[in-house]
Amino acid sequence: MNPTTWGWLVLGLPLLGTAVIAFGWKLLPGRSAGWIGSAAIGLSFAASIGMLLALLDRPEEARALIGTAFTYIDTGGFSSDVAIYVDPLAVLMCLVVSGVSFLIHLYSISYMTSDEGFARFFAYLNFFVFSMLLLVLAANFVLLIVGWAFVGAASYLLISFWYRRATATAAGIKAFVINVIGDVGLVIGAFLLFEGTGALDYASVFALAPESFESNDAQIVAACLMLLLGAFAKSAQLPLHTWLPDAMEGPTPVSALIHAATMVTAGVYLIARCHPLFELAPAAADVGAIIGTATLLFAATVALAATDLKRVIAYSTMSQIGYMILGVSVAAYGAGMFHLMTHAFFKALLFMGAGSVISAMGGIQALDRMGGFRKAMPFTFVTFTIGALALAGFPLLSGFFSKDEIIAFTINRGSGYVVLGVVAYIASLLTAFYAFRMVFRVFFGPPVPEARELEQGNLHHGDHANPATGEAEDTGVGFPGPDHHIAERELPMKAAMAPLALLAVVAGVLGVPGLTETLEHFLEPTFEQSRFLETHPSEAAELSGLVAGGAIAILGIAAAFVVFIRNPALRQDVRERFAGVHTFLLNKWYFDELFDATIVRPAAASGRFGRNVVESAFVQGVLVGGAISIVRAGTSVARSIQTGELRAYAALLLAGVSGLVLYFLIVSI
Amino acid sequence: MSAIWFVVLSAFIFCIGAAGVLTRRSPLVILLCLELMLNAGNLALIAFARMHGNGEGQIFALIVLVVAACEVVVGLGIVVAMYRRRLPIDVDAMSELRG
Repeated sequence: MNPTTWGWLVLGLPLLGTAVIAFGWKLLPGRSAGWIGSAAIGLSFAASIGMLLALLDRPEEARALIGTAFTYIDTGGFSSDVAIYVDPLAVLMCLVVSGVSFLIHLYSISYMTSDEGFARFFAYLNFFVFSMLLLVLAANFVLLIVGWAFVGAASYLLISFWYRRATATAAGIKAFVINVIGDVGLVIGAFLLFEGTGALDYASVFALAPESFESNDAQIVAACLMLLLGAFAKSAQLPLHTWLPDAMEGPTPVSALIHAATMVTAGVYLIARCHPLFELAPAAADVGAIIGTATLLFAATVALAATDLKRVIAYSTMSQIGYMILGVSVAAYGAGMFHLMTHAFFKALLFMGAGSVISAMGGIQALDRMGGFRKAMPFTFVTFTIGALALAGFPLLSGFFSKDEIIAFTINRGSGYVVLGVVAYIASLLTAFYAFRMVFRVFFGPPVPEARELEQGNLHHGDHANPATGEAEDTGVGFPGPDHHIAERELPMKAAMAPLALLAVVAGVLGVPGLTETLEHFLEPTFEQSRFLETHPSEAAELSGLVAGGAIAILGIAAAFVVFIRNPALRQDVRERFAGVHTFLLNKWYFDELFDATIVRPAAASGRFGRNVVESAFVQGVLVGGAISIVRAGTSVARSIQTGELRAYAALLLAGVSGLVLYFLIVSI
Repeated sequence: MSAIWFVVLSAFIFCIGAAGVLTRRSPLVILLCLELMLNAGNLALIAFARMHGNGEGQIFALIVLVVAACEVVVGLGIVVAMYRRRLPIDVDAMSELRG
């Protein structure tokens, strides 16, 4: 079959799943909605593999295909099709998205099993996967924007899935609003590109852009900055990152799927997809590199101090996406996409492990309350540790190769980029430290009562409380479900985590410098026009980078070991000595407060001014009130004529006719 | 004889009719006065038709007569209906058209 035919299947199956579950949930018996949803995504993954094989059958120079379904818009000088673009980059994204999503669906079948919103959850999940696949398969900016907005909407629905939690609905709104800021950026960027090139499909835009724009032309830089705005909002980069930690209000599988493995990488995909534009606008690409670096450092520092298990992983996600953004912005496209893939594996795995631990704690997410789960949850312990090792960049695991490749490419660009590379190394030290801060605090140390209970074969069942506020929750309505589920006891959860753990270990073989580099080679047809295709760090540089990265990872893990296991008193000591820094980090660099003071409050004040002065005084008083009194005055005259006296009417009639006759008489003279 | 006299006569009759409509309270008398006004108009029509030597005005006057007859039928019908329902035969008392 043609790759594009497979592509339509990849796209259609999740949509079908959404429709079946959303419209037929009342007819579906038991928990079958979960199995239908998983099957739809599993088949979509199978179709992605079919698409990959069909693409590999073709010669390398013919690996970019466009499949058009129908014309979407055709009007004065502008036309846009509903079309998909199948090339190695899109295929890689499809494989990652559908593959990881399939495992997360499997995990959710167990994790959400007692939730009353079970079918709704799977309808949303399938819709999300459809949107994400639409985003990566779109062949033009119009469809990209559609997928982009769908993904934002699906994210909103899933973050506020437990809509009885006020904090969850607030987090959903926050995520949606920030995402819409990005959507607007993306739309403006597309306008600017259309204005310059007269086209919106990727192939024409990328072909025409070098003719239409000079290098670093103001318009192409503006367009790329607008695209970056969209990418930053979706990928939670500074300063549009504040929604991602709050998005942890959603169920844990949602955090794993959307806020780690797939949606937040959309920005990375966008930059990689639009690389011909960013190479025309190096200034914008540099902005991307600098923001990516700033984010990866910022998020790594906050993750050091965060006390909520899921939020630590959320900040680590931001940090790792910072690496990817840095990678694709310095033209290390293969490395950036490689890290995107390995990160999807180990971060989904970490979230799944965290979900299992949180369930064992009866819904408590605070790191301070956890400890000693090593014996009680051996499976979760092993898989979570594998994920943490991969995240830390421990030698020979997947994160080791991908992260260090990005840094090697960055340093290879020379001059100012070396600074970015050094910052990235510093952050990877912090990464190793906070990754093992989680491991040591959750799984080592004296077992907490919940862990001891579990060791005796009894899953702790605490009353549900909102992890953000501590308020007791009403489980009678079934959101969240009354029961807890841990990987040790649920086969689907194990079945989801084991392949991810395996991939987190071995996925690195796709990109061993000088040996395999399979992924980079596979992606080459997409990036063959790139100016930087041949600029590749020397093998020696890459290998020494790997050694340095591995050493840094081991150093970070060792530091965490000393602080959290060997000498726990040191931790208290450090915290007290740097109390100011600790508070600063605990408050996430006061970004929320900054936005509150600079944006939210002025906006609220202008809103109040509008309501009290403009609306009530001017609009209601002058415009509406004035119109009313004019009409009232006019009608009161007309009303006073209507006396009901027949003879008065006759007199008026006569007077009127006489007046008319007199007028015409006078005029005719 | 000049047409002016006929027109002056017509105007007089019209004014008498109009004054009657405006001053009398009995619907019957008002109807009579309306007839006066209509016939004043007819007179003017015929006078002008004769002055111009054109028959169309006379035909028009005949049509006005027919319309007047119809109007009288309706008007008298209303008056009879009012009388039957023992309503006051007085236009000032019938002021329910008030807005």
